[in-house]
Amino acid sequence: MIRITNLVKRFDGTAVLDGIDMDIARGEIIVVIGPSGTGKSTLLRCLNFLERPDAGHLVLNDLDMDVATASARSILAVRRRTAFVFQNYALFANKTALENIAEGLLVVHRWPRHKAHARARDILERIGLADKGDAYPASLSGGQQQRVGIGRAMAARAEVILFDEPTSSLDPEWVEEVLELMKQLAAERQTMLVVTHEMNFARDVADRVIFMEGGRIVEQGPPSQLFSAPQDPRTRAFLRKMLAGQPAETLPDTPTATLSDL
Amino acid sequence: MNLLDVPYMLELVPILLRYLPLTLGMAAAGMVLALSLAAGLAVIRVLRLPVLNMATLLFISFFRGTPLLVQLFLFYYGLPQIMSVLTTINGITATIMGLTLHFSAYMAESIRAAIVGVDRSQTEAALSIGMTQGQLMRRIVLPQATRIAVPTLMNYFIDMIKATSLAFTLGVTELMGATQKEAAGSFLYFEAFIVAAVIYWAIVELLAWCQRRLEYRLNKAYRR
Repeated sequence: MIRITNLVKRFDGTAVLDGIDMDIARGEIIVVIGPSGTGKSTLLRCLNFLERPDAGHLVLNDLDMDVATASARSILAVRRRTAFVFQNYALFANKTALENIAEGLLVVHRWPRHKAHARARDILERIGLADKGDAYPASLSGGQQQRVGIGRAMAARAEVILFDEPTSSLDPEWVEEVLELMKQLAAERQTMLVVTHEMNFARDVADRVIFMEGGRIVEQGPPSQLFSAPQDPRTRAFLRKMLAGQPAETLPDTPTATLSDL
Repeated sequence: MNLLDVPYMLELVPILLRYLPLTLGMAAAGMVLALSLAAGLAVIRVLRLPVLNMATLLFISFFRGTPLLVQLFLFYYGLPQIMSVLTTINGITATIMGLTLHFSAYMAESIRAAIVGVDRSQTEAALSIGMTQGQLMRRIVLPQATRIAVPTLMNYFIDMIKATSLAFTLGVTELMGATQKEAAGSFLYFEAFIVAAVIYWAIVELLAWCQRRLEYRLNKAYRR
């Protein structure tokens, strides 16, 4: 349903995304992992045109465009059918939790007010904040704010929700409730593309894990395969670092013979 | 030395209050016009529109860099000399014009700062759900910029009310001019100007009270 071909994004001449190809099936949950600064967030931002890619092709169901020359109209069409969850929540500070969720339905999708609010209340229920509809972001905890952020992304039934390190800004005490909500969405087969450092989430929830480094996809596969038998030395090095301190059985197999190539 | 002539002062209050509508009218007209002009200038600055941005910078530099009194004299006495259509300009019009241009230069900068001061990630969030630039401005940025700008804009409004007293130098009989005339007739300068000062002060205090209520309302979303 979503096909990205040869996506390139440069900042000051440096290729941050260096030819990314990716297919996303309806209902698929994909987790993107990799070292910092390897273009994972840029990939998500390019899919939503928060950054304008320098080259590449995007197919989103019936939409089909060259991303470097996409018109303003095509960009709006893509944004209306995708949704973004930000690392720092980015809730509208002048609007209540309910209004944050309803805003896109009202303004972008032109739903009548009662219908948009009814849907927003329904979502508040699902994200466990039914009693916080009238609360402003400033009065909510980090975890609650991010759940509203996810609720806002759920509102318009996006064809894919892009999660950009959704738990990285959270105090540790709030991480679990946000991951729980994401698992709930995954169980409902909401198509998701998630950039995260939460390796347990990747292993337990993802259908497919993509390891990125240097603006390229190095390796990808189901978590069972990628975590237990990574093929590329860079993947192994990254996973060993990320999983250090976790129970031994979660560590990838690293035969002594290959340690020298790391 | 005599004590204050209190009965004279009390007599003066209703006389001077008759000129208050003109004072407040000039300030209100100046404020509305200055705000509109300043909002336009601020948008030019934020979007860095070519050419217009340079012109705006020059405008702000001049009207912020020269005294209001000099600007008023320029409009009232200077311009008619070189532009014959302006020979009929009256003091009230010249004052409103001067207040508008002078204060819009200051206000443009505080409005610009307020727009820029709205958290950038909210802009991205609004775009990410498919809002247009116009919707983003109307629904997200401007309401929040207003809250940031209100305290400084109210300061300018207060300043503007007091600056209307300069219209007296263009021969306009507003609150200040009326006080001067009354004092010249009675020779009770101290009493007269005390009354004028208290009237200005009361107006400004009333406004400050309105400002506190407005800010309380605008801050509703930001209280923890």
